[in-house]
Amino acid sequence: MTTSSAVRPISASPGLTASRLGWSVLALVAISLPFYASGYHLYQFSQVLIYAIALLGLNLLTGFNGQISLGHGAFFAIGGYGTAILMVKLGLPYWAAIPIASAICFGAGFLFGFPALRLGGLYLALATFALAVATPQILSYKGFDAFTGGSQGLQLVKPHAPFGLPLNVDQWIYLVCLACAAALCVVAMNLVHGRVGRALIAIRDHPIAAETMGVNAALYKTTCFGISALYAGVAGGLSAIAVGFVSPDSFGLYLSLSFLVGIVVGGLASIGGTIFGALFIEFVPNYADQLSVYFGESAKALPGAIYGVLLILIMALMPSGVAGAIQAVLKLFAGKSRP
Amino acid sequence: MTTRRTFLTSSAAAAAVLAMRARPARAENAPGITDKEIKIGQTIAYSGPASAYGVIGRTEAAYFKMINDMGGINGRMINFISLDDAYSPPKAVEQIRRLVEQEQVAFVFQTLGTPPNAAIRQYLNDNKVPQLFVATGATMFSDPEHFPWTMGYNPSYQAEARIYAKHILATKPNAKIAVLYQNDDLGKDYLTGLKAGLGPDRAGMVVKEVSYETSEPTVDSQIVTLQNSGADVFLIAATPKAAAQAIRKAYDLGWTPERYIDVNAISINSVLKPAGLDKSKGLITGIYGKDPNDPRWKDDPGMNEWRDFTNKYLSATEFPNVFAGYAYGAAQTMVQVLKQCGNDLSRENIMKQAANLKDLELPLLLPGMKINTSPTNYSPIRQMQLATFNGESWQLFGDLITA
Repeated sequence: MTTSSAVRPISASPGLTASRLGWSVLALVAISLPFYASGYHLYQFSQVLIYAIALLGLNLLTGFNGQISLGHGAFFAIGGYGTAILMVKLGLPYWAAIPIASAICFGAGFLFGFPALRLGGLYLALATFALAVATPQILSYKGFDAFTGGSQGLQLVKPHAPFGLPLNVDQWIYLVCLACAAALCVVAMNLVHGRVGRALIAIRDHPIAAETMGVNAALYKTTCFGISALYAGVAGGLSAIAVGFVSPDSFGLYLSLSFLVGIVVGGLASIGGTIFGALFIEFVPNYADQLSVYFGESAKALPGAIYGVLLILIMALMPSGVAGAIQAVLKLFAGKSRP
Repeated sequence: MTTRRTFLTSSAAAAAVLAMRARPARAENAPGITDKEIKIGQTIAYSGPASAYGVIGRTEAAYFKMINDMGGINGRMINFISLDDAYSPPKAVEQIRRLVEQEQVAFVFQTLGTPPNAAIRQYLNDNKVPQLFVATGATMFSDPEHFPWTMGYNPSYQAEARIYAKHILATKPNAKIAVLYQNDDLGKDYLTGLKAGLGPDRAGMVVKEVSYETSEPTVDSQIVTLQNSGADVFLIAATPKAAAQAIRKAYDLGWTPERYIDVNAISINSVLKPAGLDKSKGLITGIYGKDPNDPRWKDDPGMNEWRDFTNKYLSATEFPNVFAGYAYGAAQTMVQVLKQCGNDLSRENIMKQAANLKDLELPLLLPGMKINTSPTNYSPIRQMQLATFNGESWQLFGDLITA
């Protein structure tokens, strides 16, 4: 297998201990963050976690199963709007609304998986692209105005911490996002490091061989689509409560594209890489905006161009994403220390 | 650039401000105000689908630079921090929080677009940060009763429609009105405003209302339906493409009602030329600003001022840009508010003075037009003058009408 990075051999290699150490440090930083970061930074890192969840889902589908989706913004939108409608129109609490909305996303993704079976590669990319293009318009369709609020969108009340915990809204939302991200990350790891993961990767790398081995390709592909959509739906629902607002403009085409950028920058078929992808799509546009100031006040039209240049640079320097680059560096050290 | 030290001091300041907020004492100066500086925040679409509006932020930055070159306001320089939100509501929330919590701006000014403004309105009102002169025509931002910290700027679509209703009642009291409207808040605001302007007793004057979707390729069938209603007045509440089709189709059908067209679709190049200049003769619309492309204002003192400003602080290419001209007026209104504040630059007083503009005249508004606000009136520009298209350009007629 050429892309064996997903199935790591269990051994006490320096790479593994380093990665364990990395995860522990990350977890420590993530859990302690609410107690020293400002509300604004917590909002940003909540967004990072939300993107990371969506990227995990997309990576299961595209990275591990080889189905390219340019339309995950649509599932993100279903999750967001589903949560908003359940909360605003039906008065459900957020902890009930997000799972229900995510289940709806699973259904939608599973069903979309069937036509996807007949479409491979670029054709599937185009079909999902159409989904991303259509979503904002469907959301502002007049027939749904009573539910969706039309192009004005819906306002949500942000949830407070339960049981009188001494946490403010920003801290609580961050912790909810962190818990969801951690749980879904563990699920994704178990999924890809086991029998299911091997089947998904086999389908990606050689569908005929996989079927010969007794893998039910159709079932695996549609279920993978459904699970991937469920991840996007959880992310969308969390986004709705973190922002406190949904509108068709929140889920534009650009969102879907930035998800794809995220998994490629982070590293295809890498669970840990998604966090880097999420950091990239959250922070790099801001830096691009700040950098554009150095090109003069009249160059305020440049953030898009600077973003593009940064993206090209990253792809040139780290062709297999941030996760791939880290692994290469670790291997380098491991190689040197070997007798 | 934020260094580590400024970051630390600003966090300390944030903590101090939060502690102070609990005290109902006399209002101190807002965060972001020193003896030397007034910090103003903004988010706008410098990238993304609406980036054509980015010129609004650049023009305002240039205008504040000119004010600083002339010595600032009461000796205070304006520090204008304008960030990119790409027209995305989640991004707008993030950037506004950065402006309020990290940069410690005194207030935000001319944030652009209905969705981003709707997303940040609750946060700003909860934290009592003025959200001044938002750059959108949606009526929801002039609601002092529920959102006392949010104020609009341009005439709202409803106000514009009320002006048309007034003119219809004055010229054709027995009119039968047909309406074509875009099926979103823009179109619906016009329909609501028209009916409000006619009054509840006369709502029956609207004999037919038909909507269209922006995704529909043509509005031909809607026009046929509207013609069959026998209406003799036709209000087009549409964006450029559908408006051009409506003008052309109605003319080709031989339907000749009195036609009113909304301000979003009055561009000669992108609407009236495609529809046919001959077929567009006699259209009526409402105008509030001077169009730099109109030869009538060639030697107008206000237009000369604008030309000098663009030559010195922007570039000649911005001179004919109506968005830039719009931003020029908004920035001047903002400076007037800050001058009125004197040395009491608390957020309360900034909001109070924004709601206390009296007969302010601006160089690019039509002659005689005045900006007025009050604690119950959060719509600064409420006047328009009607204009009719003569086959070449828009000709103003009648007096200024207040909605």
